Amino acid sequence: MLSTRHLLGIKDLTEKDIHTIFETADSFKEVINRPIKKVPSLRDVTIANVFFENSTRTKLSFELAEKRLSADVINFSASGSSVKKGETLLDTVNNILSMKVDMIVMRHSFPGAPHFLSKHINANIVNAGDGTHEHPTQALLDTFSIRERLGDVAGKKVVIVGDILHSRVALSNIFALQKLGAEVMVCGPNTLIPKYIDQLGVKVENDIRKALKWCDVANILRIQMERQLVKNFPSTREYSMYYGVNKELIDSLDKEIVIMHPGPINRGVEITTDVADSEQAIILDQVENGVAVRMAVLYLLAGR
Amino acid sequence: MAKVKIMNEALLDITISRLCQQLIENHGDFKDSLILGLQPRGVLLADRIAKRIKELDGTDVSVGKLDITFHRDDFGRREAPLMPSKTEIPFLIEDKRVILVDDVLFTGRTVRAAMGAMLTFGRPKQVELLVLVDRKYSRDVPIEPTYIGKSVNSIQSQRVTVEWKETGAEEESVWLSLED
Repeated sequence: MLSTRHLLGIKDLTEKDIHTIFETADSFKEVINRPIKKVPSLRDVTIANVFFENSTRTKLSFELAEKRLSADVINFSASGSSVKKGETLLDTVNNILSMKVDMIVMRHSFPGAPHFLSKHINANIVNAGDGTHEHPTQALLDTFSIRERLGDVAGKKVVIVGDILHSRVALSNIFALQKLGAEVMVCGPNTLIPKYIDQLGVKVENDIRKALKWCDVANILRIQMERQLVKNFPSTREYSMYYGVNKELIDSLDKEIVIMHPGPINRGVEITTDVADSEQAIILDQVENGVAVRMAVLYLLAGR
Repeated sequence: MAKVKIMNEALLDITISRLCQQLIENHGDFKDSLILGLQPRGVLLADRIAKRIKELDGTDVSVGKLDITFHRDDFGRREAPLMPSKTEIPFLIEDKRVILVDDVLFTGRTVRAAMGAMLTFGRPKQVELLVLVDRKYSRDVPIEPTYIGKSVNSIQSQRVTVEWKETGAEEESVWLSLED
């Protein structure tokens, strides 16, 4: 049983909550590898996926998780909706809830949007990303994937590389990794690292080679051009030269590290193809685990 | 709450042997048969049955564990969702003769859920149900066991508990708890 009715962010979860989600996800991982990958648990639950921002992977993953749990699913995207006609967020969601919807999975470009909603509506809310704030299910599937590959998260050294400034994945990962007892470092150019991030108890490193030498796991983030209001580095070519993870860099280490990426990948920018497709990369495992972890989250919240 | 012992260790042992003899009679060399123990307590009985068949007949029987949590019909009607146990079925059940094993048969809802869970792994040729204790006249659904260790008359508020050494009991036994 989780200590919360909603999943708004990793910050609100306890370590016990995360372990409960992992144990439930273990069972769902077994379910999605059966010949028939569907269970009837949520057959009387209706879930609305309300996406005010573009998404491919997360939306697909949630929808698949919901359908594998036998929930009824409706999809809403802001483009072409009443939002464009001036309807407020609360009115939009209340109209959806009037159709007897039990859960809302929401992505919004404004940090705190799901937190605001949780104070005004009765349905369970799952945050599928709110601006540059949090993306809790991504952090849960990332840490679940580390646990699966390395046996445990506690005591592991994890570096998050790249655009930390605009990344909700980075923030949720920092919270999740720290709650589970991992050491966290962020690495990137100073222009892409928030000013006081060391106050969260993470190490800061500008040299990618030193960061990779230090870590057991490297979680490489995409450069989020769509969120950058000013130019934070001269060119993607220069970023790739200084912070791109390539085979030469990986081969120069005297150990094997685990390579992760939340997707979508900009091949040749933050990571080269030969690294992304190597044995050390668990990028596709992360995608598979995403469905199991989201099934676990929905199952545990819908039962409350 | 008062308890009465309805099976002691010796009787439990004899009952398990008798159930195994019945299985051997119906399944022969178990070439196309397998056992699925229902989590959590049916698994202990399933392991015991397989071990006894090996002792009696020298036959190795495939034993799996089946968790029914996600197939229950009471989701959302409880305080909190139930945590699942492990499902381990490292073999194909398609076209096999499956023996579902549980310690106590009460309302039949667990077995109904087990059939739903089992069918996600394939379509067996035949399904049988073996229970150590059948609580007669308590069924919510039309399910009856193929093999019964002991039948008992009980009322809704009573409980039947099977105690195994694997779960820390000093003596293996079956208890019926009575109302105060």
